[in-house]
Amino acid sequence: MTQSVVVQVGQCGNQIGCCFWDLALREHAAVNQKGIYDEAISSFFRNVDTRVVGDGGSISKGKICSLKARAVLIDMEEGVVNEILQGPLRDVFDSKQLITDISGSGNNWAVGHKVFGSLYQEQILEKLRKSAEHCDCLQCFFIIHSMGGGTGSGLGTFLLKLLEDEFPEVYRFVTSVYPSGEDDVITSPYNSILAMKELNEHADCVLPIDNQSLFDIISKIDLMVNSGKLGTTIKPKSLVTSSAGAVKKRHQKPFDAMNNIVANLLLNLTSSARFEGSLNMDLNEISMNLVPFPQLHYLVSSLTPLYTLADVNIPTRRLDQMFSDAFSKDHQLIRADPKHSLYLACALMVRGNVQVSDLRRNIERFNVLLTKCPLAHCQTVP
Amino acid sequence: MSIVTVQLGQCGNQIGFEVFDALYTDSHCPQGLCSKRENEAYQASCKERFFSEEENGVPVARAVLVDMEPKVTNQTLSKAAQSGRWKYGQHSCFCQKQGSGNNWAYGYSVHGPRHEESIMNLIQKEVEKCDSLSGFFIIMSMAGGTGSGLGAFVTQNLQDQYSNSLKMNQIIWPYGTGEVIVQNYNSILTLSHLYRSSDALLVHENDALHKICAKLMNIKQISFSDINQVLAHQLGSVFQPTYSVEGSCHYRRNPLGIDWQVRPPLSGLPTLGKASLNRGLHFNMSIANLVILRGKDVHSADLGGFKDSALYTSWLEPINAFNVWKTQRAFSKYEKSAALVSNSQFLLKPLDTIVGKAWNMFASKAYIHQYTKFGIEEEDFLDSFTLLEQVVASYCNV
Repeated sequence: MTQSVVVQVGQCGNQIGCCFWDLALREHAAVNQKGIYDEAISSFFRNVDTRVVGDGGSISKGKICSLKARAVLIDMEEGVVNEILQGPLRDVFDSKQLITDISGSGNNWAVGHKVFGSLYQEQILEKLRKSAEHCDCLQCFFIIHSMGGGTGSGLGTFLLKLLEDEFPEVYRFVTSVYPSGEDDVITSPYNSILAMKELNEHADCVLPIDNQSLFDIISKIDLMVNSGKLGTTIKPKSLVTSSAGAVKKRHQKPFDAMNNIVANLLLNLTSSARFEGSLNMDLNEISMNLVPFPQLHYLVSSLTPLYTLADVNIPTRRLDQMFSDAFSKDHQLIRADPKHSLYLACALMVRGNVQVSDLRRNIERFNVLLTKCPLAHCQTVP
Repeated sequence: MSIVTVQLGQCGNQIGFEVFDALYTDSHCPQGLCSKRENEAYQASCKERFFSEEENGVPVARAVLVDMEPKVTNQTLSKAAQSGRWKYGQHSCFCQKQGSGNNWAYGYSVHGPRHEESIMNLIQKEVEKCDSLSGFFIIMSMAGGTGSGLGAFVTQNLQDQYSNSLKMNQIIWPYGTGEVIVQNYNSILTLSHLYRSSDALLVHENDALHKICAKLMNIKQISFSDINQVLAHQLGSVFQPTYSVEGSCHYRRNPLGIDWQVRPPLSGLPTLGKASLNRGLHFNMSIANLVILRGKDVHSADLGGFKDSALYTSWLEPINAFNVWKTQRAFSKYEKSAALVSNSQFLLKPLDTIVGKAWNMFASKAYIHQYTKFGIEEEDFLDSFTLLEQVVASYCNV
């Protein structure tokens, strides 16, 4: 089983990363009842015996002692990272996995990229090498950042070049949060295009996301849930947006729900690589199938269903509706309308109790729009 | 005479498991509709062919499992062990961590040479366990990376190392609507390479199997395991022991002794070639057919329809092109069953479609960079296209 390392850069990156780790832990807790450190967990977590001092103490099999996330947290101001370290997830992160500074990048790509890049290059490389060493077979780096700010955008993209030189065989999947129409950072257009250039050249695959779409999705869910039209089949708290059971109950931060959606996306993307299924699709297969030409590696993602159904055995009509929704622009995580342009390639990743016949039936329905479409099929119900 | 099976990739391993299961279940089926002695001879023959004996009496499948990621092989091994009736050898599995990423080039050029020695060693060990080897049965898919790429590489190696044994490849034709975007590329590369090194290609289309499940078996929610079971059933009915046409009293020794290598016509017979066009465009011409009958009343079955010379090419007499194998022992629980293996123009349309789609993609150079990264250049693609066009043309002229 392959491992992945998550690198979270900047305020946005770290906040999303925090939601991601929370969800990942809960997902594995739900699946792994016996507490055995198996291959699925090892893709994102290390099993560490905390009684051993120093760097050793990694345990590869047996019961879970203490899980440490395979992550590197980078931020040029301390606020966000400190908050994570004081929160419930503090044990999941190692103090050796952090890189922080005090002043921040001031929403300036140049500061993030050039100044902090050269200043922290050695440290970053060292932390990355360390986390790579802890991996048996490292397949992919997940980089989470925003495009509009200074650190996430500047330093995040500086990282890409480093990763490409140091680990050329490891995939670089970048989750970028693009600035939306009403963005509060004035220099975000500059930051974004400077970052785009780097993404174009050094990333293997980019998943662009924008805040406006996330916000629309949240509003839609709230509307549906509150209107009560859906009746008893829908659970009131949507799993996609809430962390049911507890990360921070002190006060729900405004971006929490939106970050949860992104975290869900990342988890679902990697689910086929971690869990068994009847037709698996690994991360390198995603890259192979969806990237026809080296520079066209921007993937529009969408998630369905957005609300959790109480009944797990979904009747066919609703299942078909889910497939239609996946292609509708309301469910996408970025504002774009592919139906009025051209699909180059699509991939459908399905989790849960769905059979090949359902997939085929739905693909045949969409045949008018699609000419090429690979499938992946994973059996574990989230 | 034993067959060594090599299961490659996710598809190959999932199917391989179902095949062995079907073979085992059939051979231990209580009602054979024949005498006890007959039944025992059948069982012994089947056992010798596909399983080897281990100390504690549990039969071990003569198989080598190969995959570039561990999930499926682990699943297969544990399913077999859990059934308690038969299992795979402990050391007959080879797997790596990272998979081939649906990339034929990666499977062929990277994994192939890297793991050549280990895989061939495993196969050698299985071969040594056999008293007499009749051939290899290689199960793989065409659309993925490991099954197709590594499968082509392994078949080539088997050709070099064991040139006297027959190699039969079971290939799975992907769904027309697509499972993997680059399946057309992977398929044409696989077919062209297998054409040079394999003796026979047994083809099963996912579409056709799916239709069987939907229409004939009326399964509402078809899963891959349903499809695999249908496939295993078909393969089982072909590969189980039968009597040869000469009616000898021992079970046919060489299960793969089907004369696929029919000689092509000499170039000096153009007029005969033209005569076949009068049959109409949709008529399916066969080069060779094999019918396997099992169960009651096999000897009285009427096979006249198969002997009609209209079915066959003009340069072959029906007597040479048509073979029948019969046995009284019924297969699985069916009182009577028949299987047809045919080398005919049936494959023309799917083959043409795949070549067409691959060509379209190639014309725009889509995804080519993923293959050139690992050493498969555009010339290799062009070679494959040429070869397959030739195959299509030859089949058209049948």
